[in-house]
Amino acid sequence: MIMWDEEKETIQRDDLEELQLKKLQDTVHQAYERVPYYHKKFNEIGLYPEDIETLEDITKIPFTTKDDLRESYPFGMFAVPKKEIIEIHSSSGTTGKPVVSGYTRKDLDTWATIMARGLTGMGLGDEDILQNTHGYGLFTGGFGVHYGAEKIGITVIPISTGQTKRQIEIMNDFDITGLIFTPSYGLHMAEVAKEEGINPKQLGIKAIGFGAEMWTEEMRKRIEKEYNTEAYNIYGLTEIMGPGIGVECEAQNGLHIAEDYFYPEIVDSKTGKQLPGGTEGELVLTNLEREGMPILRFRTKDITTLHYETCECGRTFTRMERIKGRYDDMIKVKGVSVFPSQIEKALLHVSEVEPHYQIIVTRPDIMDQMEIKVETSPDLFSDDVTKMVNLQKTIGDYVQNEIGLRAKITLVEPHTLPRFEGKAKRVLDKRNFN
Amino acid sequence: MSNDNEMIKQLSIFLENKKGRLYKALDVLANANINIRALSLADTSDFGILRLVVQDPIKCKEELEKHNFTVKVTLVVGVQLDDTPGGLSKILKIVQDNNMNLDYLYAFTHEKSEKAILLLCTSNLENLTNILKENDVIIVPADEVYNL
Repeated sequence: MIMWDEEKETIQRDDLEELQLKKLQDTVHQAYERVPYYHKKFNEIGLYPEDIETLEDITKIPFTTKDDLRESYPFGMFAVPKKEIIEIHSSSGTTGKPVVSGYTRKDLDTWATIMARGLTGMGLGDEDILQNTHGYGLFTGGFGVHYGAEKIGITVIPISTGQTKRQIEIMNDFDITGLIFTPSYGLHMAEVAKEEGINPKQLGIKAIGFGAEMWTEEMRKRIEKEYNTEAYNIYGLTEIMGPGIGVECEAQNGLHIAEDYFYPEIVDSKTGKQLPGGTEGELVLTNLEREGMPILRFRTKDITTLHYETCECGRTFTRMERIKGRYDDMIKVKGVSVFPSQIEKALLHVSEVEPHYQIIVTRPDIMDQMEIKVETSPDLFSDDVTKMVNLQKTIGDYVQNEIGLRAKITLVEPHTLPRFEGKAKRVLDKRNFN
Repeated sequence: MSNDNEMIKQLSIFLENKKGRLYKALDVLANANINIRALSLADTSDFGILRLVVQDPIKCKEELEKHNFTVKVTLVVGVQLDDTPGGLSKILKIVQDNNMNLDYLYAFTHEKSEKAILLLCTSNLENLTNILKENDVIIVPADEVYNL
């Protein structure tokens, strides 16, 4: 198997830990000395950079939350003078201020490196031509993939999302061999291609990379069948860097986290206690090498599990399972934890493209009730009343299968549910707990 | 074989069972100057399906979609009835004798000819059309229904 950075990617765990400790100590020094936020936070609890003597000592460092980053809006977390920051990205703010991420020239090179490793792991090389349908803008998706591809020497088509017919034309005319898209857009493109008389199976696509939205294993299988190739998961978040923090290899058995640049931990979301490998919990990430904005122990709110056994591909970096959901989206209904991602998964059984939906929780008397409003799309709508009634029941069954609770399913007209920028807040909790 | 002109393009529109939704759909048509030839409404406690036959189904679909309605084109067949007692049951007997299931039907009166027109929907529309023709039922061409 070809690797971008074989020496690093197959590093022995002992050597890796030694490297991580050195980098962690440097990063902690840098954060303490250059970021007033960390200086203050360390002083408050009487912690000094010298106290980090082993990797286990990382637990002495307080967590950084999204709210902490918001409070430092816009440039409060930068560790270098602004003139050294050469690029800024920002995550969409669903509530309050967005989070800003700053990169020095070296940071952009790091970003390119981790993404180059990922694309190489997907089987792409400098002979390939990659159509990147991720949006180019403040969102990190477009540029992250671009920098990685550029580093390898892959020919990049920076087309962004939309103009589907043009996408198909280019895919066909330019002999594209690699595709980057969100799963739902990929399925949509395959449909449009077929309408245009182009068989996506015959395009000669070698690999597909995706991320940035929920998908099911069945969806991956469908995409792979539609394009007659393999599809790989890419993970990243703006606060820490962007896409490439974790990318699947050809084994498709979890995403390899670039552990020489990021220190991953799994913690119990309630107690904050570190959990061992193989245990599900909240992913916490620490930058190990970042000039512009070193972030320590960032609570991602993403729920996953890390596996440390060496992968069949030979890479020794930990493998992260697909993100199961997000803690800040979790609601308790009748004492059961429910994640919107589970509802999304259920909805993807009845519709190729995830329909807009909203979860409404009420407590009319003493028992919780959950209603899921789903917008009808041409995909879901039928002229047959019986089919529509069955659709409600089918969605209800899939939801029950996912979460173990019965929910009332209501079909509503398109564009009647509230829209949110970026990652939507889908839950309306009308219960009065007072 | 039935030819394409025999099939009527009916529009099916999803409506929430909520105050003012039917009005809103019909208001879109009024503003776009679209005349309704025939209309029927199916409903459950949660939602309804509005079925319309209009002069220009494609334009009407576009207008409704522009206003965020979910619209599907469904093919139906129109047959001519004598506007007298027994006209409808005669057709239904043919359907029953040939062991066919209808999904739904609705009727309206042709003002000029004083004949009634019955619109029928079933999963195998072609088969139904052929059976009706074999039994000398007059199929009303789509163009004629659109341009009443």
